[in-house]
Amino acid sequence: MTTNQVKELIETGLPGAAVEVTDERASGDHFSAVIEWTGFEGLSLLEQHQKVYGAVGEYLTKEIHALQLKTFAPETA
Amino acid sequence: MELKEKIQNELLENPVILYMKGTRDMPMCGFSFAVVEALNQYEVEYKTVNVLEDPEIRVSLSEISNWPTIPQLFVNSQLVGGCDITLELHQNGELEKVLSNAKSSTE
Repeated sequence: MTTNQVKELIETGLPGAAVEVTDERASGDHFSAVIEWTGFEGLSLLEQHQKVYGAVGEYLTKEIHALQLKTFAPETA
Repeated sequence: MELKEKIQNELLENPVILYMKGTRDMPMCGFSFAVVEALNQYEVEYKTVNVLEDPEIRVSLSEISNWPTIPQLFVNSQLVGGCDITLELHQNGELEKVLSNAKSSTE
């Protein structure tokens, strides 16, 4: 998969999220993503990551072997 | 006994349990290795289960935890997280508190 495909998957699942995806090993199956999304507000780290895994769905553990995540809600200034 | 039941018993019997690829002495994946490395820095007893021994373990486990990947760390039968979360807790000093809660349940 490409980083864009992964990015689109996450953006579709988390409408309005700011997403950056990196192909960690340039192998098309080990990615890391940094995601800022208002929908993470009030959620634990675990719940935030579960939301992302939900967006990526069946691809994870198949086309995507690993997806390292850094998630946070926007800082309320 | 059905695999799911076996896993649920394992979760109950072991305050801290890590489902990983490989074993503590021979981790078979970088993420599993990183979690073992983090746990080894605390005086905490923990059980490991090598999911590679039976591919069905992973399927049943993910149904229980709603978490698709391995490794998975549990404390007091609650999913703490995979590699990212465990390391983030470790780096910001919270993992110690999480693990110390586990000890109280075995005394």
